[in-house]
Amino acid sequence: MSISGFFSQLLAIVMALVLAPLLMGWVNQWRAWLQNKSGPGVLQPYRMLHKLFHKESVLAEDASSLFRMAPYMVFGCMVLACAIIPTLSTDLPLSPAADAIALVGLFAVARVFISLAAMDIGTAFGSMGARREMLIGFLAEPALLSVFFTTSLISHSTALTSMVEYLAHKEFAIYPSLAFAGLAFSMVSFAENARVPVDNPATHLELTMIHEALILEYSGRHLALIEWAAALKLFAYSCIGLALFFPWGIAEAEAPLALILAIPALVFKLAIGGFLLALIETLSAKMRIFRVPEFLATAFLLAVIGMLVHFLLGA
Amino acid sequence: MNPLYFVFGIPLLGGLVLALVGHRNYARDINVAFSAASFLAACVLTAQVIADGPLFALGKQFFIDPLNVFLVTLTAFVGMTTAIFSRPYMRVEQDHGKMTPGRMRLYHSMYQFFAFTMLVALTTNNMGTLWVTMEAATLTTVLLVSVYRTPASLEAAWKYFILCGVGIAQALFGTILLYMAADRVIPDGVDALLWTNLDAVKAHLNPTIISLAFVFLLLGYGTKVGLVPVHNWLPDAHAEGPTPISAVLSGLLLNVALYAVLRCKILTDGALHSHFAGDLMIGFGLLSVSAASLFLFRQKDVKRMFAYSSIEHMGLMTFAFGLGGPIANFAGLLHMTLHSLIKSAIFFSVGHATQKAGTQLMEDIRGLLKVSPTVGWGLMLGSLAILGMPPFGVFASEFLILTTAMRDLPWATPLLLLALGISFGAIFSRVQPMVFGETSVKPLAHPPALVPVFVHLGLGLMLGFYIPPYLNGWYQQAARLIGGQ
Amino acid sequence: MSALISQLINLFASVILLLAFAMLSQRRIINLIHLYTWQGLAVVGSTTVVAYVTHQPHLYYSAALTLLLKVLLIPYFLHRLINRLNVRWDIETLFNIPTLMIIGIILVIFAFNVALPISRFSDTIAHGTLGIALACILLSFLMMITRAKAVPQVIGFLSMENALFLAATSATYGMPMVVELGIALDVLVGILISGVFMFQIREQFDSLDIRHLEKLKED
Repeated sequence: MSISGFFSQLLAIVMALVLAPLLMGWVNQWRAWLQNKSGPGVLQPYRMLHKLFHKESVLAEDASSLFRMAPYMVFGCMVLACAIIPTLSTDLPLSPAADAIALVGLFAVARVFISLAAMDIGTAFGSMGARREMLIGFLAEPALLSVFFTTSLISHSTALTSMVEYLAHKEFAIYPSLAFAGLAFSMVSFAENARVPVDNPATHLELTMIHEALILEYSGRHLALIEWAAALKLFAYSCIGLALFFPWGIAEAEAPLALILAIPALVFKLAIGGFLLALIETLSAKMRIFRVPEFLATAFLLAVIGMLVHFLLGA
Repeated sequence: MNPLYFVFGIPLLGGLVLALVGHRNYARDINVAFSAASFLAACVLTAQVIADGPLFALGKQFFIDPLNVFLVTLTAFVGMTTAIFSRPYMRVEQDHGKMTPGRMRLYHSMYQFFAFTMLVALTTNNMGTLWVTMEAATLTTVLLVSVYRTPASLEAAWKYFILCGVGIAQALFGTILLYMAADRVIPDGVDALLWTNLDAVKAHLNPTIISLAFVFLLLGYGTKVGLVPVHNWLPDAHAEGPTPISAVLSGLLLNVALYAVLRCKILTDGALHSHFAGDLMIGFGLLSVSAASLFLFRQKDVKRMFAYSSIEHMGLMTFAFGLGGPIANFAGLLHMTLHSLIKSAIFFSVGHATQKAGTQLMEDIRGLLKVSPTVGWGLMLGSLAILGMPPFGVFASEFLILTTAMRDLPWATPLLLLALGISFGAIFSRVQPMVFGETSVKPLAHPPALVPVFVHLGLGLMLGFYIPPYLNGWYQQAARLIGGQ
Repeated sequence: MSALISQLINLFASVILLLAFAMLSQRRIINLIHLYTWQGLAVVGSTTVVAYVTHQPHLYYSAALTLLLKVLLIPYFLHRLINRLNVRWDIETLFNIPTLMIIGIILVIFAFNVALPISRFSDTIAHGTLGIALACILLSFLMMITRAKAVPQVIGFLSMENALFLAATSATYGMPMVVELGIALDVLVGILISGVFMFQIREQFDSLDIRHLEKLKED
C-alpha cells in the first residue's frame, strides 16, 4: 500500500463522513425552497447530530443487545461502503475488500440489522416497517445487481474501481445499455434511500412511513448514528451513480494533484445531483405502497433491458 | 393494349363509380356489369395467354404465369357470379330493412374494391405489393362483415380486423426478411422484391434468413388462409357478414392467401434445398384438417359450419402443396379451383335458404325441398360435391391427394381419412334434415334465380370428368413450378 | 464518426424498445397516445440518421412520411377520436404489471436470440437493431393480447407497425418506395376504419370494452 493510496483512502472516508450530512441538508433545503418555505439551512443535519449525540439514549425494557448493537453495525456498513466507492480517486487500498456485488451485500447486511432491531422491541410499527423495508429490499436488490452486471459487462470487471477507471478512460461513445442502467439505478436509489415516490423521509404518518417506522424506538446517540448512516447511504448511492455514469474528474492512482481537483468536482456534481433529487421529490407524489413493486419491477426491467441490449448491440 | 390492365382496371373504376351511385336501385345492375366486364377481360387475357404464353406488364411489375392465370379467371368468374347472386339477395335484405341505402353504397363499392385488390394480389410480381393488397383485401371487407351492425357482426368484424391485422404484420416482417436476403444477391435493390427476379436467384438466397422469413410469411398469410391455430377470425366473419361476402371470402380470399404462401414456398424451397417449407405446411395442413373436422360437429349455425368446412379444405390443400411433387401439386390446384366453385355455390344456396327461413340456425331450417326445390337441391348437391362424392371433381382431387399421401407419408393417410369421414358425417347429418325434413312453411310463390349455383356445380361436375387441355397444361406447369419434392 | 452514428441509431432503437415497454404497462389512454407519438418520433430520428449516413434519398422521404403520418396525423386523429368518444381520461385495469414485464423480458430474450444469427448477414449500419425491432413486434403483440379496450388495442397495432418500419430500416435501408407508400396507405385506411368501428361498437354496447365482444364462441 502506497502512501498516496493510504492518503486517498483516508480522505475518501473523511470526506464521506463530513459531506454526507451536508448533502442531506442541501437536499432538504432545496426541498423547502421549492415548496416556497424558508428552510432550516444546509447545516441543520450537523446541528441535529450534535444535539442527538449529547442526549441520553433511552432503551425500551424489552430491548436486547441486538437493539443496541444495530446502530453501530449499520453505521459501520455504511462507512465501509463509502470507503470502497471511488468518490475522489480510484486508488483505494480497501477496494479489493469488496466488489460491486459484495457492496450490494453490504447494504443488505445493514438492512437486515435495522429490520431485526425494529422487530426486537415488538411494537406494531417496528414490525410493519421491517416488513415493508424487507419487501423493498427484496425487490430493489435484483435491480441493483442487474445495474452492476451491465456496467461490469461493459468494463469487464466487477471491482468498482476498475469499472470507474474503464468508464472514465474510454472514448466517448453512446451506450444505450448504460442509459438504461442509469435510469434503473436512479429508481433503485429513490427506493433504497426512502425518498419520495416510495417513502417520505419527512412524515410520521403510520400508514405510509417505512424508514421512519423502523427507527421509531431509537433515541440519543443511537438515533444519531442511524441518521448519520442514512445520510451516508444517500451519499454512497449518489457517489456510485456519479462515479459510474458521470465519471469525469475522479483522480487516478499516483496523481496527488488530481486528488485536490477531484474534491471541487465531487462537490459540484453532488450539488447538482442533490438539487435534481429535491426537484424530483417535489414534483412527484408519493405512491401507494402497493405500487412500489411495480415501480421496482420497472427498475429491474430497465436494468435487464440494458443488459440485453448490451448483448445484442455490443454497446 | 394489354388486357391485364382491364382485368383490374375495371373493378377499380367500378369501385369509384359505385362509391358515388351505389345506393341507387340500378347500382345492383352496375355491380353485375362491372364484374361481368372484368370477367370478360379475364377471358380475353386467358385467350391471349393460351395463344402467346406468359406475359409481363408495366415493366415487370405485373406478370402472368401458369400458376396465376387460372386463378385470375376463377376469381373474376366467381366475382361475377356472386354479383349476379347478390342482386336479388341484397334486394331482399334491403326489403327486410337490414340494409339501408347508405350501407348498399358501401357494399357495392367495397365489393368492387375487394375484387380489385384480389386481382392485383394475384397478378403482381412484387412481393411487397402482394402484401399491401392482401392487407387491403381485409380492409375492404372488414366493414362489410359488420354491415348489419348487430353485436355479433361487430364482434366478428373486430376480430377479423385485429387478428388479420396482426397476422398480416407477421407476413410483413417475413417480406422484410425476404427483401433483406434478396438485397444481398440482387445488386439493384429497387427490383429485389420482384418475384421473377427472386425466382431467378433463389438458389443463392441466404438459407438462414429465408427459413425464418418463411416461418413468418406462412404464419402471416396462413392467418388469412385460415390455418389452425390462427383461424379464429374465419368462422365468425363468414357467419356474420352478408352471404355474398361469405361466398367471396371462402371462394376467393382464402385462395389468394394460399397463392401467396405458394409463391413464398417456391422461393424457400429453392434457397434451402430441403423439405423444411413443405414439412411446415404439412404440419399446419394436417392440424387444420383434423381440428376443423372436429369443430364441424359442434356447429349450430349453417354458415359457420360451412366456414369450418372451408378451413378443412384449405388445410387439405396446404397439406397437398406441402407434400409437393407433380401429382400432389396438381391435386392441390384442382382442389383449389373446385373448392372455390362449389363452396361459393353452397353459400349461394345457404343464403337463399336462411333468407327464407329467417334464421341461420340449422335446427330451424327444415324441408327446403318443399319450400323451394331449387334451393334444396342446390344445397344437397353442393354438400355432396364438397364432401367428395364421386361424380364431382372434389372426389378426383381428394383421391389424388390421399394416394400421394399414402405413398409419401403413410402415417398421415388414416388421419386424413378419419377427418374426411368425420366431416362427411357432420355435414351430411345436418344437411339432410334441412333439405328433406318436414316443414309447415308454405312453398314460395316464385322460385329464386339460382343459375349461378347450378353453373358452379355443373363446372364442378365437369372437372370430375374432363379437364380442358390448356387448363390441364397450366396445372401441370404450375405443379412443376411449385415443385418441392 | 461512423461508430458514433451507429451508436446513435442503437440509442434510438433502444428508446423505441423502452417505449414499447412503457406502452405495455401504461394504464391511461391519453398517455398511451403520447407514448405512441414519441415512438414515432424515435423512428423518424433513427430513419433520418440512417438516411444521413447512407445518402439514400428515399429514406429521407420515408422519414418525412413517417413524421407526417405517425407523429402528426395519426396522433391528431387519435386525440380527436378519444375526445369524441369521451374516453380521454379512461383508465384501464391491467392485471399484474410485474408479471407482464417478466413475460416481456422473456419475449425480448427470445427475439434477440432469433435475430442474432440473422443480423450477422446484414451489412447495413443498423443491423444490430433487427433484434430490437422483432422484440418490439412481440411486445406490441403482447400488449394487444392483454388489453380489453378498443383504443389501446389499436395503439398496440400501430406500435407494431412502427416496429416493422424499424425492422425494414435496420435490415435493408427501407422497403422500395412503392411498397412503403402502399403500407402507409393501408395503415391510414386501417386506422380510419378502426375509428368507424369504435363508434359502431360504442353505439351497440355503450362501451368500448372488448370483453363485450366475446359472445361468439364454440359451444
